[in-house]
Order: sequence, then structure tokens, then C-alpha cells
Amino acid sequence: MATVIQRRKAVSLNPLKSSAPLGAALAYLGIEKGIPLFHGAQGCTSFALVLSVRHFKEAIPLQTTAMDEVATCWGGASNLEEALLTLARRMKPGFIGVATTALVETRGEDSEGDLRLIMERNPELAETKVVLASTPDYAGALEDGWASATTAIINRLVEPWSPSIRSFQQINVLPGVHQTPVDIEALREIIESFGFYPVILPDVSYSLDGHIAESWVPTSLGGTSLSEIANMARAVHTIAIGEHMRTPADTLTAMTGVPATVFPTLTGLEPSDRLVSLLARLSLKPVPGRLRRHRAQLVDAMLDGHFHFGGKKVAIAADPDLLFSLSQFFAGMGASVVTAIASTGGNRNLQRIPVENVIVGDLMDLEDGAAQAGADLLVTHSHGRQAAARLGVPLMRVGFPIFDRLGVSHEETVGYRGTRSLIFRVANQFLSESHEHRPEDFGSAIPAPVITTEEGRHASGTFATH
Amino acid sequence: MAESLNAKITALFDEPGCDTNVAKGEKARKKGCSKPLQPGAAAGGCAFDGAKIALQPITDVVHLVHGPLACEGNGWDNRHAATSGPELYRIGATTDITETDIIMGNGEKRLYRAIREVIERYTPPAIFVYSTCVPALIGDDINAVCHHATEKFGTPCIPINAPGFVGSKNLGNKLAGETLLDHVIGTMEPERSTPTDINILGEYNLSGELWQVKPLLEQLGIRLNACITGDARYHEVATAHRARVNMMVCSTALINVARKMEERWGIPYFEGSFYGIGDTSDALRNLARMLVARGAEADLIDRTEGLIKAEEQRAWSRLEPYRERLAGKRVLLYTGGVKSWSIVSALQEMGMVIVSTSVRKSTDNDKQKIKDLMGGDAHMVSSIPPREMYAQLRRGDADILLSGGRTQFVALKARTPWLDINQERHHAFAGYDGMVTLVRELDASLSNPVWEDVRRLAPWEQEDGEAEFDDEGVPALVPIG
Ligand code: SF4
Repeated sequence: MATVIQRRKAVSLNPLKSSAPLGAALAYLGIEKGIPLFHGAQGCTSFALVLSVRHFKEAIPLQTTAMDEVATCWGGASNLEEALLTLARRMKPGFIGVATTALVETRGEDSEGDLRLIMERNPELAETKVVLASTPDYAGALEDGWASATTAIINRLVEPWSPSIRSFQQINVLPGVHQTPVDIEALREIIESFGFYPVILPDVSYSLDGHIAESWVPTSLGGTSLSEIANMARAVHTIAIGEHMRTPADTLTAMTGVPATVFPTLTGLEPSDRLVSLLARLSLKPVPGRLRRHRAQLVDAMLDGHFHFGGKKVAIAADPDLLFSLSQFFAGMGASVVTAIASTGGNRNLQRIPVENVIVGDLMDLEDGAAQAGADLLVTHSHGRQAAARLGVPLMRVGFPIFDRLGVSHEETVGYRGTRSLIFRVANQFLSESHEHRPEDFGSAIPAPVITTEEGRHASGTFATH
Repeated sequence: MAESLNAKITALFDEPGCDTNVAKGEKARKKGCSKPLQPGAAAGGCAFDGAKIALQPITDVVHLVHGPLACEGNGWDNRHAATSGPELYRIGATTDITETDIIMGNGEKRLYRAIREVIERYTPPAIFVYSTCVPALIGDDINAVCHHATEKFGTPCIPINAPGFVGSKNLGNKLAGETLLDHVIGTMEPERSTPTDINILGEYNLSGELWQVKPLLEQLGIRLNACITGDARYHEVATAHRARVNMMVCSTALINVARKMEERWGIPYFEGSFYGIGDTSDALRNLARMLVARGAEADLIDRTEGLIKAEEQRAWSRLEPYRERLAGKRVLLYTGGVKSWSIVSALQEMGMVIVSTSVRKSTDNDKQKIKDLMGGDAHMVSSIPPREMYAQLRRGDADILLSGGRTQFVALKARTPWLDINQERHHAFAGYDGMVTLVRELDASLSNPVWEDVRRLAPWEQEDGEAEFDDEGVPALVPIG
């Protein structure tokens, strides 16, 4: 049971957090023919856009209501209206997802009410589904924005259960923001292998996986279709991943009556087993041979890999659910998590992280903690590179943003296969750091007793020369 | 928004050093260069972004952003402004204000404490404190906090009042310049100064470009007093008023600084560029001439000519092998401002054809230069929507796109070579060496065999796909039976 400590610093040094509107934008990008729209000043959008482009190495359709000084004074409703009309006219999206930013939230605008009026008086918008999530930058982080957007989509677009809805061999999946496009692809395969039809919301497996299309598409390049979303009540079960997806899952259950299971993580042998047995139970089908084989491979990888994890000290900084998932993984393989930094504190999974203290903080807290504990590996997003360089400790890049490595959309982390590749990634990292043994490695390998004399404290009694 | 900031912005729009402005009528001028943004079709950074771009390269200070997370959290440590020493400027420092701070009106207190914490941890020579939209909206007075903190801690705390909503990146550049004039330049005296001291304004040392130029200056005995702000130290900027000549490399960004330094300290300035061989030589010539006019040894001019001759020769001989490979290749140049014309001339030196160039951020002066270079304005375009650009590239209207990161994927998805010439680029293109690098990169991109391979359709998409594979001489499978 970890204690969650909120740092009382006034300054955040090297932020760990990415803002909530960005998380919402990523969720909106997982909707077919969608465009995320930030309601605020244009600068926020520009920063978020550039960052997402650098992470995904893809063009990202992200727009802004471009509030200027006048709009900041008088309110942003007309900007919102103009933006929606412009987007509908120019890009003909099927879906526009609005994420509010700190500016409109600080003004205390009733954006939801504004949107209702706008939709009523503009027949041009009838063809476009518009959803709005309240995501002020000053509250929460990436995962909160992602979850709020998903909840908003469910509230607005899912058709509530009615007697006319017929159940179907369908499983709803509500993935967390920390699932990569290939993770989602993998989940789809696992679910399909039991004969189910998966509806994944949001589904970034095709919109953000990096592929080449035959023409220029100004909106998202794939994603959950609107009719799939409308029909989520047809499912037999909903699977949500990560504590931050509990609210969307509960909302969906309340509307549709479809029971939901929230998996704290899907990385690791035991969580994967739980997923597979759930699917087997629901489908009344035996576990397919391919999955059994993947499980056997994972067990083998754990045996081969555990040598390299044992005794290693790992410092991790991430959004809460990713932090939880990775901490479980490292601890489960025998490493000790010596520093755990979370971007925000509102997630119940934080208490279940296998460490004494979880600090809600920034990358400087990670750096300080790692230095103090003598960590062997830093695990966080690309901005951890400064700390890694200063400490001379390798950095494993996880989460968002990762702008200085390629292929991040294809790093698999869930299920048997994802866990297996994660083990290999980490073990190889440690292997590349290991070196040939030299005599001086051994002199102080076993700490000699520390003898305290009256004059002061001298660490002496070792045979090695210092 | 504070009255003083409004006044400052109005004054900036009245900038007499800006050609665009002089040409405008009284009324148009008052309105300034801020085009109204179109909601739903706007792109580009805010004033805060612009201010940060202009000042962040000062390497030994801490840049502290007062606001909620988004402003700094999504944008820190994202450019390649290089440093030859201190790393402090790369730290992303922000007050990360929360809902409680906003509701309780704790913003100013939090900022003050943040300043103290930064000083305690790093003891920097100065702290640059940036305002953003939310603190500006709730009326946090960063000037007062900075003033108080400066007195209390003895570390200069420089307030930069450029909240995002007041305007564009360009306005932010200018507000940053004003801040330097108000609070930094002229606040310290240099240990020594020489008759060949110069400042370069508007050069940010992206990917280390300054270091492609500095050796040239050093060979001539010209001392770079301050680069504003690439690889700068605080004291260099603070003593910049003792230089003899200012060179301005980014035509509009810091024009106000150049003009006011002339007004206040009598430092003459000129506008030049280190992109392209001819431009680099012109810049060196101008520097030498102006320094001599201000009391440097007269032989500087001859020595400069000597250096230019040797360097140009060296550059051309290194470029020669590429000329044949690049001549006639068609370039679509899509960038803003000064870089358009300096790169146009550079590419033309290689015999390349500029299909069109964007002038969306260029001044009239820039446009005239491009017109002169390309003979008429047929090829100038303001902005190209992505879909249109994609179609052009797909059709093969150009062999390569030179642009910034935003349009990178338009080119790549159209399976067309692309070279980054904006802030996020990884290569240094300044001076004589930079030109050679640019050409080498162009050639490497254009001649990469990958283009042919990725443009090829999959065999099953080709009409004569079957035939092609039969030619390989692979024995066909004979059905049994
Ligand atoms: S527009 Fe305002 S809130 Fe947005 S990034 Fe710029 S300064 Fe920050």
C-alpha cells in the first residue's frame, strides 16, 4: 500500500504531465472522420499539435477556436460557432470533438450550453456529430482528458438500451490512453480469436498507427465508426483498461446495462490470464491454440529474462495508470521500483503501486529520486533525456511524448505477446549496459563493516583502495 | 489586460523600422499587422510562444513560465537552439497553477515562491518570467512580482508580458525584444570592449548555426559581443549596448530592438543573412564597412575581401560535384519570412528551379527581394491548403518540398522528398559551410533510392503485375493432376 505524496513545491521543474485537452484530442482522433477542436487561444493548439506530430510522426488534424483578446473579454461562444461551421464546410468531418482549455474554463463559460444553442440554430451542422468535454489544463493530465472525452462521446453518441436492441457477439473495449496503436490491434486479435466482434472506443489502431493512404485525408484516418458507437448496447460485455477508464465504463454500463470489467493493467502474465479466461467464459469456447502458445512463450521469456531484472533499481515517472502498470511489471520480474512519480494524484491505482511512496511530481523529482537511490534505469517519456544524461543512466522511453525514437506506435505492451516483447526490450537494455568484469569490480562488492571511531565517522576496513 | 501592455502593443504596431508599416496609412497602421484569426482554420503559435522562441536561447538563465501546465508542459525543450556551455535554459520551469490558485487568487504568491525555489536551487544570473493567458486574465501582476523578487533576492527577474491571446508568434518576438530593451540591454558594463564588437540580432543558433559563422568573424578579428539570443549568456545581452554595429538576421522579429538601440546608443544596424554564399559575403562586407566607419582599422575591408574570395572559392569547389546532379531539379519552398529569399538565391546558385515559394509571413521588402530574384511574382503563393499541396506533389509538380515540420507529412504521404528548413531542423545551414551542408542534404534526399521503391505499386495493384514476375525466370507452379 503506497502513500501518495503531493509535493508542495511552487515550481514544477521539467514537467512530467501533458495537459488534459491533449489527452482529449488523442481520444477524438480515435473516431472515424473526426477532428479534435480546442476551445481557447490558438497557442495551446499549436503546442499540442507540434508535440503530437513529433510523437506520432503523422499529420494530426487539430483545430482551434482561436480566441483572441476580444473573445477573451466577451466570451468564446461565437468563436466556437464559427470554428464548427468552418470545419464542417471545409473538411466535412463526421465528428468534431471539442476540448475546452484553461482559458474558457477560467472565464467560467458554459460551453456545453453554448454548444447546444449553436447546434440548434445551425442546420448546416446537422450532419456532424459534435461532442464537448470539459478539460481545463489546470486539472488532471493526459489520462484525465482522454477519459473525459471518452465519457462525453458515450453520453452523447451511444444509444441507450431499449427492448428493441438485440444482443450480439460483441465486446466493447475502452482502452486507456497508454495503449499504443499496436496494443489495440493486439487486443482486437485476441478478442476476435474467440469469435467476438470488438468495438473499441476510442480506436487509434488505424488512425495513429502510421500508414500511407491513397489520398489526402483532412480528418482522422480511421477510428471507431459512429454507428459502432451508437450500437454499443448490443455488446455482451465491456472491457476497460486502467483505473482512469472506470468512469467511462460506469457511464456505458449505466446507459446500456452491459456489464463491465475494469482491468487495472493488461501487462503481465496474470492480467493476461484474466483477460483470456474472461473471454473464454463469455464465449464458451476453448482458448485458441495460438494464445496458449503465446502464453508458453511469455512464460519462457520470463524465465530467460528474470536474470536481468533481479536486483535492478528502476525509477519510473508516468501518468498514474501507466506508472501502475509498469511498476507491477518491473516488480513482478524481480526489479525494485525505487522511485515512482505520478503526473497527477487522483487515480486509485496509485495506492496499489508496490513502493512505499508515490510522489505526485515532475521529472526533477524523478531525477533527484533516481540519483538518491542509485537507479539503474529511468523509465519515462522522451523529456527524461536530460535527467538520463546528467545521471549517466539509460532511459527507457514510455508514454507520451516520445519524439526522439521511431516506431513508438508499434511497441506492444499488452497481453502475452506484448509482455513478452516488453521483457525483451528491458532485458536487452540491461544487457547492453553490462560490461566485462574487472578486478576493481570486486573489491567493494560486499560492503565491509563501517567502523565508527570517536573522532568521527570513517568508513574504513575495506580492502579495496579508494 | 494591463494598460501598459496595450500601449506597448500599439506602439509596436507603429514600428517605423518595419517596411510594411511605413507603407500603410495612419489607420491601418494603428490596427497593426494582426490579421484576425479564423476560428477553425487557424494555425501558428501564440505571442507567448514567440516570446519564448526569441529569449529561450539565452543559455544561463532559468525561463520560468507562469500559467497552467499547457503553455510550458506541451512545449518545453522542443527546439534545437544549441549551447556551448550552460544547460540551464533547457529546464522546463512552470508554476503549473491549479484550480485552487485561480479561485483563491494565489497566482502571484505562487509565482513569487517559485522564483525563490528556482534561485535556491540554481542561483542563475537572472530569471525570465513569462506571463500566459490565464494569469493575464485573472489579473496577476507579474511586473510587480518580478520587481519585488528582484529587490528581495538580488537576482534580476525579468517580466515578459506576452500572454498568448494578444497575438501571434511574431508579436511575441517583438514583445520579447521590448523586454530586453526595458530590462536587460544596457544594465551591465562589459569588462572590455573593442572597436570591432558587434551584435547579431534574431539569430537563435538553431542546430549550432552560429558556430558556422563565428569562425569567419574570428578570422577577421570581429568580436561577437552578443548574439541575441543564440547561445547567449545573460551578461552578454546586458552589455550589448557597447557594440559598434548591429546585424539583424531575421528581418522582422527584432527590428524594434535594432532601431531602438540605434536611437539610444547610436549603434547603426543593417539587415543581412547568413543563408547562401552571396548573402554571407554581403553580410561580411557590410559588417566590415560599418565597423570601419565606426573606427575599426581600415584594413578590415581588404582582409574581409580576401576571406570572402578564399571562402567562396572553397565553397564552390565543394559544391561543384553537386551542381550537375541538382541542376533543373524543381523545389517547392514553403516557409515564412526571411528564409524564403535567402534560400531562393542559394538554390538558384545551384541551378535549381523554384516552382513556387510561400510569402505568407514575408514583409513587402522580402517579397520585393524574391520578385527580383525570380523575375516577376508569378511563383509567389500565400498559403497552400494541405490537400492542394498533396495533390501538387502527387502530380509531381515539384521534386522536393522544403518546409517546416507542419507540412512534412504532406510531402512524405505524397511520397515526395522533404527537407526541414525550420526551427526544428537538425542540420545547420548557415554560412559557406552551411550552404554546402544544405546542398549535400538536398542531394542525399533527392538521390535516395527509396523514392522509386515506395512509389511502385504493389504487384497485385499493377495491371501487368503477373507479367513482371514471370520475367524473373522463376519456374511457374504446374498444377498437379
Ligand atoms: S495561447 Fe495562452 S494559454 Fe495557450 S499556450 Fe499560448 S499563452 Fe498558453
